Amino acid sequence: MVTEFNDKTPIYLQIMDIIKMNIVTGKLKANDKLPSVREMATNLNVNPNTLQRSYQELERLKIVYTQRGTGTFVGEEKDMVDDLKREMAKEVIDSFILRMKNLGFNDNEIIKSVSKETMEVKSNG
Amino acid sequence: MDNILEAKEIRKSYLNKKALRGINLNIPLGKIVGLLGPNGSGKTTFLKIAAGILHQSKGEILIDGNIPGVHSKSIVSYLPDNEYLLKWMKVKDAVMYFKDFYSDFDEIKAKELLVFMNLDENDVVKSLSKGMKEKLKLTLVLSRKAKLYILDEPLGGVDPTAREKILNAIVSNFSKDSSMIITTHLVNDIERIFDDVAFISEGEIVLEGNAEELRTSRKKSIDELYREVFQ
Repeated sequence: MVTEFNDKTPIYLQIMDIIKMNIVTGKLKANDKLPSVREMATNLNVNPNTLQRSYQELERLKIVYTQRGTGTFVGEEKDMVDDLKREMAKEVIDSFILRMKNLGFNDNEIIKSVSKETMEVKSNG
Repeated sequence: MDNILEAKEIRKSYLNKKALRGINLNIPLGKIVGLLGPNGSGKTTFLKIAAGILHQSKGEILIDGNIPGVHSKSIVSYLPDNEYLLKWMKVKDAVMYFKDFYSDFDEIKAKELLVFMNLDENDVVKSLSKGMKEKLKLTLVLSRKAKLYILDEPLGGVDPTAREKILNAIVSNFSKDSSMIITTHLVNDIERIFDDVAFISEGEIVLEGNAEELRTSRKKSIDELYREVFQ
């Protein structure tokens, strides 16, 4: 796995984002086993303690669960993937709106430019 | 939490020159600590004191609860930043040399690491490139089952692909019941493997903390912080 990290933000959050992304896009499905902490740490060249923290946080958020002695697995709760998708979409939208406002767009102008672009994507696609 | 290394007010002078001006540093069990600073900041002097090769002028240092000596040397695996391998040796001679010296040396692990590092047992030390020598030294040091690994500039003078290999070997051989202290000025390449970092400047620690917490509070990478501290 080749991953470019942005070292300005905590590494454990970035690893959580990678795993969340894999769940949302369906690369990881309910009850799929995640690589072991050591395996993943070696693949990413990251401190195993950092990986441990990512896994613990994901477990606390009920995105994954750990089975003693066998490993860590993707959670199977029905709404988990939809919730994750919604949460990640919100992050994208929030940062988009912030950047548009910094460019001087007001709410109406933002909505207008978005619908214009989505129409164009539709007609070109 | 247990500390494998505890240093209190360590001072070291060479005649008039003050190399260390009161270092306080703890290394907890199961952690990788980065000691970061430019050349001449006192990193190597501190590591030599921890390894039991130099003696401090003032202050106290405990390794696993004991002052450096026979016991500490048996549980500390030290990678110095100078050449110590004998030129006439073959790679396999160097392995046997370490095996004779240290009872915690794991020959099987050493052989595995040599393969991982693409080193040939029959190569002569003299013929190895700088990067290969560095890989061999690290192989020997990581093949001991030590409690504390002291790595002085493990990435010094090594090209980027060899750096990746070395980092990989460090991460995959790190275990929860040992600790590591690593010095470097190539912070960018290695910052993802540190739990804690301490910045050392002119013999003093000027900033220290948990790497992830520093990233959160300063909104900067450890590399950027380094550049800020030592600009």
